[in-house]
Amino acid sequence: MAISKKDVEHISKLARLGMTEEEKDLFTEQLSKILDYAETINKLDTEKVAPTSHAVPVKNVLREDKTEKFRDTKAIIAGAPEEENNMFSVPRILE
Amino acid sequence: MELYKLTAHELKAKLDNGEASCVDIVNAVFEHIKNTDDKVGGFVTQTKQHALNKAKDIDKRIKAKEKLSPIAGIPIAVKDNMCTKGTVTTCSSRILENYIPPYNATVVEKIEEAGAIMIGKTNMDEFAMGSSTENSAFKVTKNPWDLETVPGGSSGGSAAVVSANETILALGSDTGGSIRQPAAFCGVVGLKPTYGRVSRYGLIAFASSLDQIGPLTKDVTDCATLLGVISGDDEKDSTSINAPVPDYRKLLVNNVKGTKIGVVKELMGKGISEGVKKAVKEAIKKLESLGASVEEVSMPTFEYGVPTYYLLATAEASSNLARYDGVKYGHRSSSRQDILTMYNETRREGFGPEVKRRIMLGTYALSAGYYDAYYLKAQKVRTLIKNDFDKAFIRFDVLISPTTPTVAFKVGEKVDDPLSMYLSDIATIPVNLAGIPAISVPCGFSDNMPIGLQIIGKAFDEATILRVAYTYEQNTEWHKSKVKLTAA
Amino acid sequence: MDYETVIGLEIHAQLLTESKIFCGCSTKFGDPPNTNICPVCTGQPGALPVLNKKAVDFAIKTALALNCRKIEGISIFARKNYFYPDLPKNYQISQYELPLAEHGYLEVTVAGTRKKISIKRVHLEEDAGKLVHKGASGIRGADHSNVDLNRTGVPLMEIVSEPDIRSPEEARIYMEELRRILVYLGVCDGNMEEGSLRCDANISLRPVGSKGLGVKTEVKNMNSFRAIQHALNSEMKRQKEVLDEGGKIVQETRLYNDETNDTVSMRSKEEAHDYRYFPEPDLVPLEIDRAWAEEIGKTIGEMPVKKRERYLKEFGLPEHDVSVILADRELAAFFEESVRLLNKPKAISNWVIGDISAHLNEKKIAISKANITPEQLVELIKLIENGTISGKLAKDVLAKVLDTGKNVNDIVSESGLTQISDEGEIVRIVKDVIKANPKPVADYRSGKQTASAFLVGQIMKATKGRANPDIVNKLLKQELAQ
Repeated sequence: MAISKKDVEHISKLARLGMTEEEKDLFTEQLSKILDYAETINKLDTEKVAPTSHAVPVKNVLREDKTEKFRDTKAIIAGAPEEENNMFSVPRILE
Repeated sequence: MELYKLTAHELKAKLDNGEASCVDIVNAVFEHIKNTDDKVGGFVTQTKQHALNKAKDIDKRIKAKEKLSPIAGIPIAVKDNMCTKGTVTTCSSRILENYIPPYNATVVEKIEEAGAIMIGKTNMDEFAMGSSTENSAFKVTKNPWDLETVPGGSSGGSAAVVSANETILALGSDTGGSIRQPAAFCGVVGLKPTYGRVSRYGLIAFASSLDQIGPLTKDVTDCATLLGVISGDDEKDSTSINAPVPDYRKLLVNNVKGTKIGVVKELMGKGISEGVKKAVKEAIKKLESLGASVEEVSMPTFEYGVPTYYLLATAEASSNLARYDGVKYGHRSSSRQDILTMYNETRREGFGPEVKRRIMLGTYALSAGYYDAYYLKAQKVRTLIKNDFDKAFIRFDVLISPTTPTVAFKVGEKVDDPLSMYLSDIATIPVNLAGIPAISVPCGFSDNMPIGLQIIGKAFDEATILRVAYTYEQNTEWHKSKVKLTAA
Repeated sequence: MDYETVIGLEIHAQLLTESKIFCGCSTKFGDPPNTNICPVCTGQPGALPVLNKKAVDFAIKTALALNCRKIEGISIFARKNYFYPDLPKNYQISQYELPLAEHGYLEVTVAGTRKKISIKRVHLEEDAGKLVHKGASGIRGADHSNVDLNRTGVPLMEIVSEPDIRSPEEARIYMEELRRILVYLGVCDGNMEEGSLRCDANISLRPVGSKGLGVKTEVKNMNSFRAIQHALNSEMKRQKEVLDEGGKIVQETRLYNDETNDTVSMRSKEEAHDYRYFPEPDLVPLEIDRAWAEEIGKTIGEMPVKKRERYLKEFGLPEHDVSVILADRELAAFFEESVRLLNKPKAISNWVIGDISAHLNEKKIAISKANITPEQLVELIKLIENGTISGKLAKDVLAKVLDTGKNVNDIVSESGLTQISDEGEIVRIVKDVIKANPKPVADYRSGKQTASAFLVGQIMKATKGRANPDIVNKLLKQELAQ
């Protein structure tokens, strides 16, 4: 089942990946090939099989409700590409 | 005496008897790096000053007769996807080109605590996505055995610098084979621990349910030692397991008598090159001669490993990489009229093509209408693969296969064919899907290029795969072969 | 055409934990921007979440109080993927397919009738950050925005009702009762203005008698009980108009504007969100067993509904008193202990909801921090009853107790405020006052009843307010009759 260019455009929107026309074409071709290959898993009968969503057979990993101050909050803000009043500054959100 | 050519355990002996100092070792290593890394290109960042300072400190402590870890004073290289506080950590990506983490990964804390000396961060496939290190945004690392071939990936930088003696120890990460495959290509030892054995806190995530950090070393002894240091439960990582850490080094015995070995049938047939098959068959004979009992075992779901992986890993990755948006850290595009443009352009500029491909694949696999057919189905196949292993481990102690279908391919050979690149992980991927440990040890050459033998074990049974690997190593000479890098 | 209104409410409650849901940062409200942050809640590369046990305890507690049939068993966290600058990882860790609890209900009284509103699910998730828009008063027209991540990672509990609500008024009542329960349980402070309790609604109309559901719209930005009722009223009317004119309802999100008392469509060019939910691989499954649920159940005590019934029946207290006392769990405990010591619920209630509550509100403290104990309140009431002090003077005594923390009896004896009840002493003063005020006495004797009030005043003045008023009245009447 090939993936169409329209699909690629839709996914690139969902993933916030800007794309040139050439990239769209290239990816449409490459992703189609990969998906065709990925679909070979449909050959297997998995009707009575439970999915493995967690690799470890562990439950209830919890922590106590204690505050622990992170000492280097300044270093976190220092990483901001743009900062104003100790906040992360972003361009306008609405078009 | 060229200190940089030795193993950690050999250097420790020299440190203990005063034959060499840490500063000597560090200087020797950096001198060699100066002469070598322009050809190999394994390092993204070198931390010479930090290393010398640490070396001086360890020397003092040795003089004071302090009891130190077996890796104290030993140079170690860290793959550039593990956060090192205050030192730039890039994942070999433009989007994190200048990112300075405000914290250390837990494994980094552990090796620092043990007194190991970090000498630099190594090159990798961008965000650990690749099998050749050609997907790095900065440089292509070369295989020290033949500079026109790839070192493998995604921990190609770490494997290459160990192989070229530019470091004594290295850390890599493995999601679908990213430690073992480059270890095989570069003729070094690489181990992927059981999922949950080593903390992932501070490992920049690719596929959360598959990623694990592990050692890349010159021999099995060093591998066991380093594994012991980095293993253990971490309260900061909910998926790390509270299981006791054996003394892996102590458990290394030269003995496989009665060990039941299963050879994976599907990985000894078509799709594997003749040269690789030959070397692996001989390795199997060797193990048999040492007392192991060997039988063939069929793992029929193995052929579905790669497609399953490329749905699950990419799905998790598409979500893990969403945070790289130019808001809080890393690259921000100069096209920023509004936030949507900023997101789109930042990610378009910051990510390489393989990363974009995988994000797209993963987003698609999770998207409305496709989740059941792709993601959910893949999770079910994952269960079937796990079941195959469970069945096999009733009969066998370990399983064996070639680590890779071929020896290292040429730089540029597979870059335009993503699918063929993916297939180089055919032997390693099922192991990650099942969450079990595996090691790759050198087992010969084909066309003068190294071949790796993969030994797979039960969950939390790293001790057994290490013992089998050690026995094999001690009864062969492969680990003594060294690269001969010609001067520029 | 007669339509039936169908409403479902989705509530988000910030939980009163000390630390965030997945990291140790403080949840304290109002601190300077980006001071309660760490690698985990700011989505730094490589950081991982670890679940706060107290958040789970609170959610279990709420689920029990809401009579959820499914609490024990496995629940899973999931990633809800979307891009927004207040969401550092560009996914929210929430719960999707296997929430913490399901199938509960809440009872409300609407127009005198008891009704059950079914609760579909209760689950945990993390809060997002705060945006400060610059260049305009809100997000519209802003030229840039600043992100404060203090709030990211604060635990949220989401409670989703079935579409069982049938009017805007009912929606308001449901919200009020739910808030009451959450505050009573101590899991949320219920502050809608500050955003620690939020409400979104889904509303649709259908012809009376039909069983299917009409097209629904989502209504957001209702920040008070009043707003909920008004917003839904407005939307209900709008939908009716559209349907009456033969139009179709467009499924959309509408924002309530409390100035215009209207809802406005949030029609945006963006397509409907595809959240691409999948199980959170960085967290392991949660399993709640019977022992855990029972342990939490023990901390709930008697639920507000049962307590309310008991207060009304057993104590015979009026509705108003009951509501005030039950709004504060500690106050209710104080009240009950006092009644246990002295079985005079109305007298005790008067003090509790009167002077004591006024003091708590003024000082902004909880009863546990105030200088009054059930024993002391009971002592005070006893002193009034046995005539040692007057009711009026008791108010002053209480005020002094609350201010100084001193013992009731000590204050009473120190200040010499004990009531004079000795008839011999009082009659002497009455006689003196009568002698000293011939005109008022004459007025009274000639039929002007009110003149006695003046005389009472004089007697009180002479005794510094300490004379027992009943005895004064009795003796004055007696003397004047002579």
